[in-house]
Amino acid sequence: MTAVRHPVAEPVGSWRRSFVIGAMAIGAFIVFGRAFQLQVLERDFLTREGNKRHIRTMTIPAHRGAILDRRGEPLALSAPVETIWVVPSALLDSPPHLTALAKMLDRRPSELERFLKARADRKFVYVSDPLSPADAKRILSLGAPGVFSEPSYARYYPAGEIAGQLVGFTGREGTGLEGIEKAQETVLAGHDGERRVIRDRTGRVVEDNLEFRAAQSGEDVRLTIDLRIQYLAYRELKNAVAEHKARGGVIVVADSATGDVLAIAAQPGFNPNNSGERMSKGARNRAIIDSFEPGSTVKPLLVAQALELGIFQPSSIIDTRPGTYKVGALTVRDVHPQGIVDMTKLLSKSSNVGAAKIGMTLGPEAVWSGYQRFGLGEAMYTGFPGEVNPVLRHFTDWGQIATATASYGYGFSLSAMHLLRAYAALANDGLMPQIKLVRGGLPMPPQRAVSATTAREVRRMLEQVVTPQGTARRAAISGYRVAGKTGTVRKVADTGGYDGNRHQSLFVGMVPAERPRLVGLVMIDEPGAEGYYGGLVAAPVFSRVMQDAARLLQISPEGTDAPELAPAVPRTVALPLGANVAGPRS
Amino acid sequence: MKSGVLLLPLALIVAVFVSALAVVRTKHENRALVAEIENLRQEHERLEMEWAQLQLEEATLAHNNRVDKIAREQLGMTEPRDYVIVGSGP
Repeated sequence: MTAVRHPVAEPVGSWRRSFVIGAMAIGAFIVFGRAFQLQVLERDFLTREGNKRHIRTMTIPAHRGAILDRRGEPLALSAPVETIWVVPSALLDSPPHLTALAKMLDRRPSELERFLKARADRKFVYVSDPLSPADAKRILSLGAPGVFSEPSYARYYPAGEIAGQLVGFTGREGTGLEGIEKAQETVLAGHDGERRVIRDRTGRVVEDNLEFRAAQSGEDVRLTIDLRIQYLAYRELKNAVAEHKARGGVIVVADSATGDVLAIAAQPGFNPNNSGERMSKGARNRAIIDSFEPGSTVKPLLVAQALELGIFQPSSIIDTRPGTYKVGALTVRDVHPQGIVDMTKLLSKSSNVGAAKIGMTLGPEAVWSGYQRFGLGEAMYTGFPGEVNPVLRHFTDWGQIATATASYGYGFSLSAMHLLRAYAALANDGLMPQIKLVRGGLPMPPQRAVSATTAREVRRMLEQVVTPQGTARRAAISGYRVAGKTGTVRKVADTGGYDGNRHQSLFVGMVPAERPRLVGLVMIDEPGAEGYYGGLVAAPVFSRVMQDAARLLQISPEGTDAPELAPAVPRTVALPLGANVAGPRS
Repeated sequence: MKSGVLLLPLALIVAVFVSALAVVRTKHENRALVAEIENLRQEHERLEMEWAQLQLEEATLAHNNRVDKIAREQLGMTEPRDYVIVGSGP
């Protein structure tokens, strides 16, 4: 048997083993080293670079809240717009497109070409105003090279000039500059949201759960005005101002029980949608930010104070003969001497002499405190930007003459809103409401100005003003009893003293006289044509507006039911107001 | 005994494999959902735009000035000046 000699496995040199292990170790070292370098040493840099390429922070635009009237009609809305921008060099290379684009933009091609050539080295040039998305789409559909659109939001005012001075407007960046837009900026403005997303090469979002801050849309602001009444008031005021060739005018209508302003307009007006008109005089809300001397319209307040103090009775007789009354160096005059008058006739004929005599009898302190109780020296706190402060000097600064002139409405100044608030007190049985422009918020309890008896007494007297014997028969409304008072105020001349030819015609009144629901004020500034008496110029406007307002609000002639104005706010007690922002809008 | 030793790693390998597939699937679904929410967001934005536009359009059409004009000129209407107010209810 021969032994099969198997070849003996030659022992491999141990170096080979070491070599392989060494090579693998080096390989592993390199791999781990590289990993260490990437993961630890350069990690921050790489993450940053990677994020730069794929992670984008996208802003989620927040909507600005709308401004609505009391019934939910929009007065200011944000709507999307698109602004066309071009890359000049790209568009200039394609003349036919340039011509077509110019036509769409209503610009002359040659002019647009020059415009773009002057900016040829830029990469981004706006060529249009903000357009509606539909228009922008049409322009983009030309397929012109280098033409793009940028979306943004623009503010629109559907009511236009009718509520322009109240609502105000926003600037280019969308922040409120005037009116309610400014006053309620913090409520209206939203906060933009943000989210960080990962996008793939084609720009699609593939992951967006990195970071997320939701956009907070601005809240809607609901005003107290009723757009229907606002429209009527504005229309009638505008007509009257045009008819009398006046310099301007103011009209305010308010709910006398709650102090909600239902209409507030001024002339000259402006259209907030037209940015060119925004800096004009028309943008002033003259009812709130301008002041004037109230003239005869304060006489009922004086009489109310006289009755309240018990120094005069409704039947008290005052001798106004001979139609003039000397107080120191001042001579008070009546245009038509009235002889011996009682309180009612004093008001219905608006006797200056009578008022001055009452004022002198009461003395400066009583006159002053009477006006003070009607809020003539107090700010309105409407929150409207630029609200004027009244000027009513303290009675200790009043001399004989100041007391006499204050009795018939000169020597102090206030805004239309002050006068309206004082009359609202008369209308509301002596309780003076807080005048409000914005709905919601905590209702302020009304202040007691005079007793209910006095207020009713004065209202009964004021009814006589609106009769054929009074100064304002044109304020009458068929079917309703109206109480009110005229005023014809001489304006202060630029040279000092009073100007004999420049007047303000006023009428302040309430409807229905027995149980007033509405209180209104009309002021026409410097009526030129045909007379300037409050009873002739301002009273007819009051009559027309209030008649329609009473009809629209379904106020019965007795003032007993008024469905629209059913007291949502308790009359005297302050209660937190619950849900009142319900509406279909989100 | 021997088969028992092999079974555990095998099961773990299968489990790893299955869970890896599940991850792939979930990731895919996640991306699909992200794409969907993105579309829905855009749709939401578009609808909101349309809503704003429609509101504006409505306000323009219902503008008192326009209604007033049409009522007077085309429909020959006027404000009721002469009417009687009748009380209702008890």
